[in-house]
Amino acid sequence: MIEVENLHFRYPSGVEALKGVSLIIKKGEFVAIMGQNGAGKTTLVKHFNGLLKPSEGTVRVDGVETTKTSVAALSRNAGFVFQNPDHQLFSETVEEEISFALKNFGFDEETIEKRITWALNLLALAQYRKTSPFLLSGGERKRVALASVLAWNPETLILDEPTIGQDYQQKEKLRQFIVQMQTQGKTVVIVTHDVEFVAECNPRVLLMKDGGVVADGEGREILTTPEVLAQSSIVLPQIAQVFLKLESLGLPKDVIDVYEAKEIVLKNLEKRRK
Amino acid sequence: MTIIETKNLTYTYPGGTKPSINGVSIKVKKGEFVLITGPSGCGKTTLCRCFNGLVPHFYQGELKGEITVAGMDPTTHETHAMAKSVGLVFQNPENQLFALSVEKDVAFGLENLGMPREEMRERVEWALKLTDIHDLRERSPHEVSGGQQQRVAIAAVLAMQPEIIVLDEPTSFLDPLSAEKIFEVIHELNKEHGITVVLVEHRLDLTAKYADHIIIMDEGKVCFDGNPREILNTEETRLIGVGIPKATLLYHILKKEGLKLGDVTPLSSEEMAKLLQEAFKIK
Ligand SMILES: Nc1ncnc2c1ncn2[C@@H]1O[C@H](COP(=O)(O)OP(=O)(O)OP(=O)(O)O)[C@@H](O)[C@H]1O
Ligand SMILES: Nc1ncnc2c1ncn2[C@@H]1O[C@H](COP(=O)(O)OP(=O)(O)OP(=O)(O)O)[C@@H](O)[C@H]1O
Ligand SMILES: [Mg+2]
Ligand SMILES: [Mg+2]
Repeated sequence: MIEVENLHFRYPSGVEALKGVSLIIKKGEFVAIMGQNGAGKTTLVKHFNGLLKPSEGTVRVDGVETTKTSVAALSRNAGFVFQNPDHQLFSETVEEEISFALKNFGFDEETIEKRITWALNLLALAQYRKTSPFLLSGGERKRVALASVLAWNPETLILDEPTIGQDYQQKEKLRQFIVQMQTQGKTVVIVTHDVEFVAECNPRVLLMKDGGVVADGEGREILTTPEVLAQSSIVLPQIAQVFLKLESLGLPKDVIDVYEAKEIVLKNLEKRRK
Repeated sequence: MTIIETKNLTYTYPGGTKPSINGVSIKVKKGEFVLITGPSGCGKTTLCRCFNGLVPHFYQGELKGEITVAGMDPTTHETHAMAKSVGLVFQNPENQLFALSVEKDVAFGLENLGMPREEMRERVEWALKLTDIHDLRERSPHEVSGGQQQRVAIAAVLAMQPEIIVLDEPTSFLDPLSAEKIFEVIHELNKEHGITVVLVEHRLDLTAKYADHIIIMDEGKVCFDGNPREILNTEETRLIGVGIPKATLLYHILKKEGLKLGDVTPLSSEEMAKLLQEAFKIK
């Protein structure tokens, strides 16, 4: 569980990036944090594993205040994937990158081998096992960063923009993986601008603006309320946009899924024919 | 008039075991808005690097085949000569930023061109405003958020007003409304000023509607090349992992169910909503 109380954060340069954020993320929740550029999303989630410490207010992870423990202890439970993979990758090969944390956390050889293979397959990286992460494409580098964290199966996952550079198939695999994490009772927090990905996952959505949280609710509800989205510089998912324009036909407005959309259109046309 | 042409272009990075682009033959007309997409790792960035000569000048390796860009051969022209005609926005904005302030980063290319001070100041102002980073101009580009960095990278290229703008996933860090605004700006430059735009993107929901021409790559090869409305309405594009716009997908699915919806594949929510309104009127 992550408890944030009246969190303020100022960068050394003087920028006040968080201006009194309070929220609770329960164990097992799947939360997407969205909002305009510079709203403070990355700054906020960096507090969840102690990378940043509050200038004011408190952040508690599983009951322990982040100022009263070490980043090392916090990161054992909370895996963090950076927005820009280049801030994270440092090893000479993809394999070493993935095994680094596993070794650090004292897993035995056999488990390490199993986990590496599993992560490489999940993220379609098997052919790059011995390649340097710096010689990979942008999307591939992001997947190496994801693999190195998913491999040690942390209790909480914090993913800053996990879908950047990913094609549709990779995103779908990531979505299925997150669903699986949830069935295991794990907590997943993503920061994302990818409205369509959020529409497909339908998590709890936290909207941020100017260093504060301005809305908090179910994905479907928030993503289909244009007034709420606009203040955080977010546009509706495309299916919701279509249905918003069809309001006069008496169709529902809160539709975000293509297949649901299909059913609704067909059912309503059928009704009209009768 | 053709402004970019490649014939059988094949390139292998140094030490690479297989070509990252393989037998690519494409033609881009002057003034076109071209969208390049395809699965992660298929060679999109590598192809972009050929357009301004980074491949092979910077990356070395082995380049075969022919390439002409704005009447020049990037393999023999020096990269700074190409830079006047071709502006490339990098996939990772951080690799493009190095100056001490946002403003200096945006001005850097213009200084290299030897542009008069007054004109330069105007261009920089214009680019900072278009990308909405005027307030950040004195900040260090390394002390701003991810999306703010990406705007700096875009502003730096727009400021140059090159004949061809190549954008490699230019909005992956931008919030959706800002991404939309930037695409509107780029679309306007394309339509009003005839600037040729080559855009690499996975998020077709935001971009398909602007494209005159789409190129889909897979494993280093071009597998579709033509009209976006025709190409995005095929089953094959979906199977290789292209994120078809949801409006287009809905059209495709409803047609398969036997619904009559007109023959022009929609690429945006506006177009799809119109088709549905028609369908509801008839019944
Ligand atoms: N290292 C830094 N030093 C100083 N200010 C910073 C630094 N990093 C971010 N900021 C500023 O703090 C504010 C919040 O930044 P943050 O990176 O948390 O935003 P974000 O919501 O993640 O944005 P984006 O969507 O662009 O990634 C912004 O005004 C930004 O300019
Ligand atoms: N500097 C490099 N050295 C060696 N191989 C590279 C280098 N950069 C990319 N590659 C390889 O070339 C292939 C094509 O990479 P490229 O970056 O062009 O893909 P992409 O289509 O842009 O992918 P993404 O959507 O993930 O950005 C990939 O297999 C990648 O691993
Ligand atoms: Mg961020
Ligand atoms: Mg790329």
